[in-house]
Amino acid sequence: MARYGMVIDTHRCVGCHSCVISCFMENSVPEGYKRDWIVEVVSGEFPNFRSEIRSERCNHCDNPPCVFVCPCGASYVEEGTGTVLVHNEKCTGCKACIAACPYDARFINPAGFADKCTFCDHRVKDGLLPGCATTCPTKAINFGDLDQPGSHLHKLMHDRSVKSLKPSAGTGPNVYYLL
Amino acid sequence: MTNGINRRQFIRLAGFGAAGAGLAYSGLNPWGLSAHADLTHTGSGVREIPTFCELCFWKCGVIAKVKDGRIIKLEGHPGHPLSNGRLCPRGNGGTGLTYDKDRLRQPLIRAKKRGEDVFREVTWDDALDHIAEKMIYIRDEWSADCFALFNHGYGATFIKHLIKAYGSHSIAAPSYAQCRGPREVGFDLTFGEEVLSPERTDIVNTRMLVLIGSHLGENMHNTQVQEFADAISNGAKLVVVDPRHSVAAGKADWYLPIKPATDIALLLAWMNVIINEDLYDKEYVDKYTVGFEQLVQHVKSYSPEKVWTITGIKPELIRRTAREMGHQKPAVLIHPGRHVTWYGDDTQRSRAIAILNALLGSWGRKGGFFYPGELDVPKPETPPYPKPSFDRVDLQIKNYPLAYNTLASGLCDATFPAPQTNCQLKAWFVYGTNLVHSLPKPQQTMEAMQHLKFLVVSDVLPMEIVGWADVVLPDATYLERYDDLHVGRFREPFVALRQPVIEPMYDTRPPWWVAKELAKRLNLDSYFPWDNIEQYLDNRLATVGLKLSDLKRDGVKVFPRQPLYFEDGIQPEFFTNSGKIELYSSSLAAHGYDPIPVYTEHGEPPQGYYRLLFGRAPVHTFGRTTNNPVLNRVIDSNEVWVNRRVAEEWSLENGGDVILKNQDGVESSPVRIKVTERIRSDCVYMVHGFGHKAKRLTNKKGANDSDLITRYNTDPIMGGTGMNVNFVTFVT
Amino acid sequence: MIEVTNYRDNPLIDPHLEIWEWQISVYLFLGGLVAGLMILNGLWRIRDREHETKAITNSAVLWAPVLISLGMFCLWLDLVNKLNVYRFYMTFQIKSPMSWGSWILFLVYPAQILAVAVAKGSDVFGGVLKGLNPLLQILKSITNGREKQIAWLNVVLGVMLGIYTGILLSATAARPLWNTALLGPLFLVSGLSTATAWNMLSRPTKIEHSSLAKWDFSLIITEMFLLLLILIGFLSGTEGHQSAGMLLLGGGFTAVFWIFVIILGLLFPLWLELREMRGHSTPAWVAPALVLLGGLALRFVMVQAGQVSHLPDTELLFGAVGH
Repeated sequence: MARYGMVIDTHRCVGCHSCVISCFMENSVPEGYKRDWIVEVVSGEFPNFRSEIRSERCNHCDNPPCVFVCPCGASYVEEGTGTVLVHNEKCTGCKACIAACPYDARFINPAGFADKCTFCDHRVKDGLLPGCATTCPTKAINFGDLDQPGSHLHKLMHDRSVKSLKPSAGTGPNVYYLL
Repeated sequence: MTNGINRRQFIRLAGFGAAGAGLAYSGLNPWGLSAHADLTHTGSGVREIPTFCELCFWKCGVIAKVKDGRIIKLEGHPGHPLSNGRLCPRGNGGTGLTYDKDRLRQPLIRAKKRGEDVFREVTWDDALDHIAEKMIYIRDEWSADCFALFNHGYGATFIKHLIKAYGSHSIAAPSYAQCRGPREVGFDLTFGEEVLSPERTDIVNTRMLVLIGSHLGENMHNTQVQEFADAISNGAKLVVVDPRHSVAAGKADWYLPIKPATDIALLLAWMNVIINEDLYDKEYVDKYTVGFEQLVQHVKSYSPEKVWTITGIKPELIRRTAREMGHQKPAVLIHPGRHVTWYGDDTQRSRAIAILNALLGSWGRKGGFFYPGELDVPKPETPPYPKPSFDRVDLQIKNYPLAYNTLASGLCDATFPAPQTNCQLKAWFVYGTNLVHSLPKPQQTMEAMQHLKFLVVSDVLPMEIVGWADVVLPDATYLERYDDLHVGRFREPFVALRQPVIEPMYDTRPPWWVAKELAKRLNLDSYFPWDNIEQYLDNRLATVGLKLSDLKRDGVKVFPRQPLYFEDGIQPEFFTNSGKIELYSSSLAAHGYDPIPVYTEHGEPPQGYYRLLFGRAPVHTFGRTTNNPVLNRVIDSNEVWVNRRVAEEWSLENGGDVILKNQDGVESSPVRIKVTERIRSDCVYMVHGFGHKAKRLTNKKGANDSDLITRYNTDPIMGGTGMNVNFVTFVT
Repeated sequence: MIEVTNYRDNPLIDPHLEIWEWQISVYLFLGGLVAGLMILNGLWRIRDREHETKAITNSAVLWAPVLISLGMFCLWLDLVNKLNVYRFYMTFQIKSPMSWGSWILFLVYPAQILAVAVAKGSDVFGGVLKGLNPLLQILKSITNGREKQIAWLNVVLGVMLGIYTGILLSATAARPLWNTALLGPLFLVSGLSTATAWNMLSRPTKIEHSSLAKWDFSLIITEMFLLLLILIGFLSGTEGHQSAGMLLLGGGFTAVFWIFVIILGLLFPLWLELREMRGHSTPAWVAPALVLLGGLALRFVMVQAGQVSHLPDTELLFGAVGH
């Protein structure tokens, strides 16, 4: 049993969008849509700013509201990996999952189903890293099994301050950001 | 400086014996997932073909995944020293160029007046016969040197060879006088060597990185940014000097929001503190430099207090950062920048940067500037090029004694009739550079083109310049062609192959073929002593014990690392007049220029005007990529950054559109406004390369900063065109 | 200052959700209305007021299956993959309000049809519906003597349906405006109020009308009370709830909410009904028409504003949750 997750280093990330564009190619993301994206936050008063750059995507939550609200069982958590996926053929496009996701990570694929980041499950099954983690020039995106004690993800989180997004939503996100 | 093997000797020793060292592609990482499939993996009908990128000029190794004759993905080559298995956003979106529906598909010959952008489709034979005829005509009527080549990118290699064989040495790339030329001259005057591309900056090992106007992260040279991230993780101190709070500034320990055009003053103040407080590397300065005494005298007057009034940077901040440099030396890197043509005294600013590095002892030291590996991969013997009939054409209107490379702007100037020239340019061959965007004063470039007898443009896309051509050659993209070998000089030297991963689309042809075909028509066959490119490449590779088939499979051959620093055996040798690092430049003194950089004022924007600054977005390589449909899914337009208070004064709303007007009354297209605290109130900023007007390009969004650059300050030393001297206001 | 640049820009997602449009609002409105009709009909029958309130027990309830079908049609129109609609009935997802709703909708039909049979009494269909009379006779033979059980069934399913229309939205923690436990009760009461208004428009007798008006008067008071509680809850809640509340109290939806929901949909009919109770004569259709309009407006405002409301982006900005 594994619980796949990401630890993304906001200090290393420069917001270059490599993750986004490699995802387009890897997953044939439909024109106009993104499965991952960059958020840049700057606060403070000139010239004393704090800034944070994040590569965001589906958080593959432990308590995924998108899965709970799905009336058709199309959204599901994959056994053994914890990855949140969609059975495209079961989806009616009711959009309840989109409304339920506090991260707005989902969208309607024009082919007629709810779509989002899959942690590149097709690559991971072949023993490869997700496309974004593979290409990230700054190695800001780290992917692995969060349930594996002593893994590189744990080491990264042990050494640094860490946060996840919107923890108050109670979703138990599996994408962490190093601060 | 242990056992001083002579550097040149060492290179000769190290270069070749290493052909057996295999490439370690990736292996499994600790949790069992690998970043890359085995290169030979051919499951699911996907072929993986190595090559190298051309979305910018860094030349990263790429693995193209091809299925059913279509490129489905590009990934970083794990064994290539410039990509390390990773690609920048542009590299990832490279297929957007090849599959751009706007591509030039067939050779064209002008059907109406020049510049009216009306063409008829012709065959390659028609087009090449026509070009050859004109080349002969120009050579016979005037001189081969009156036929100029403007080029950018690796595809130009064989075209350059052809033009030289034809007898012209009027060959220029805008990447010199419009980009990094002053840096190379400034460093060469100081250390006797250039910074080169990729930069020899040892960012990964630095303890302190100082960026002056360099926006790494927005400027996405792959390896450089990889190392930048490593430096941050390693806890290197970061100083960012920029009127705009860039991405890099967001990561800085100290952000210095300098008043534009005052960088030299800051650099001199830093030297002032470092010398006054004895923070410089004494042993290094004593051993390797000349002119320290003159420098001491020179920087005396640049106290942090005085420089505060010039730059707006508080004295305590100047002192604090200078002390940190002294503390971290010699692993301190005052980054030389890349696009440095700002104010016309850019060689002097680059000199100031070089001198500061010298004081800190960072040149040739770990964490400073390393010595890139060398590798000789000789080209096949060809007859010597004909001797030029004239002195350099680009310097005839005005001479710049230290312009080592040809000035693109100088060639443009030499196209106008002028009494003092003995060779007015009569024809241009423009390969892969949209001069209307890449040279300042676009109006002047367009006028120059009207004086030409003949203009050939080779490009992938119907850029603005294409509309002016007499003959248009549709170029195959980097994914569809062979080019010459890339002999790379980074920490390790390497040889990389560009090979076609798909057949050229439409009726496009690779430039090596164009050059060879033209050579045939010009009776220059002896310069192309090979039947086809594969034979050429195989022969050339044989000189280093490699076969083309090896490189077709592996994409790159990396040779062993040579010493990088003085401390691991590089013999300190400086190819300057004095053989030492010249803090005081004898060359500049001899030519009547300031031997030590002096701060000069560059004028203030008039009331209601703001200095126009420009830079880059990470997903674009200026105008070359702004039509790329893949990249445009992320950023398809630029915006003008306006300080919040300025925006309030002008009632400009965030997200609204505004037209900019410069000091000469030239107006931009409407451009989206980004109201932000993150820029000073005396300047505005936009990303360069948007605002295309060419009628056959799909993406015309955004504004073109080049249109607003109607003035520039020419660097008196090397002819660079300082373009950050234009001021704009808002049309409301 | 804080500057957030989000490059996602996905259609229908950014800058805020626009996934649900009029179809969902109309569906929720009709669902509430039908729930109200079922409950009112049941309650009246349980209290055996058949003889004094013909409208409620007889004519209005005939509309229930028609209106709920219309509502479900709207829901179907909203589906992106319409052919997959059968998937709702291939599974039961216990955690999914929408799955509950699908099955509730499935169950309300037989209850409503039985209620129709009861309501028809000794009558038969005329006109185009004549052909249904044999079926009606069979149903009558089933319902005969079980009127109260059927009434209870309708009340229970009506309450479930009414509350469900609220829970569909309120079970969404991601949208603070929806995320209040009072939304179910609010939609239920609003549904009852609109059902009352529907009955008031079904040509009731004068006695019926004034009795319905009294009933509606208390429903409107209850609804306003619930809205007040909801707004207090928002303003005293988390940052997300506060900004959700502000959408209705100064933000983009303030005008439409106060004009169409509060003034025209609640206060004005309340005043008219008070006048009627005090014996002033008013045109009988005005108050119920406004109540129906207000009920529809409430669903529109909630569906649209809810898609704008979101958990704060700045939540824990730069803040670490652990080290």
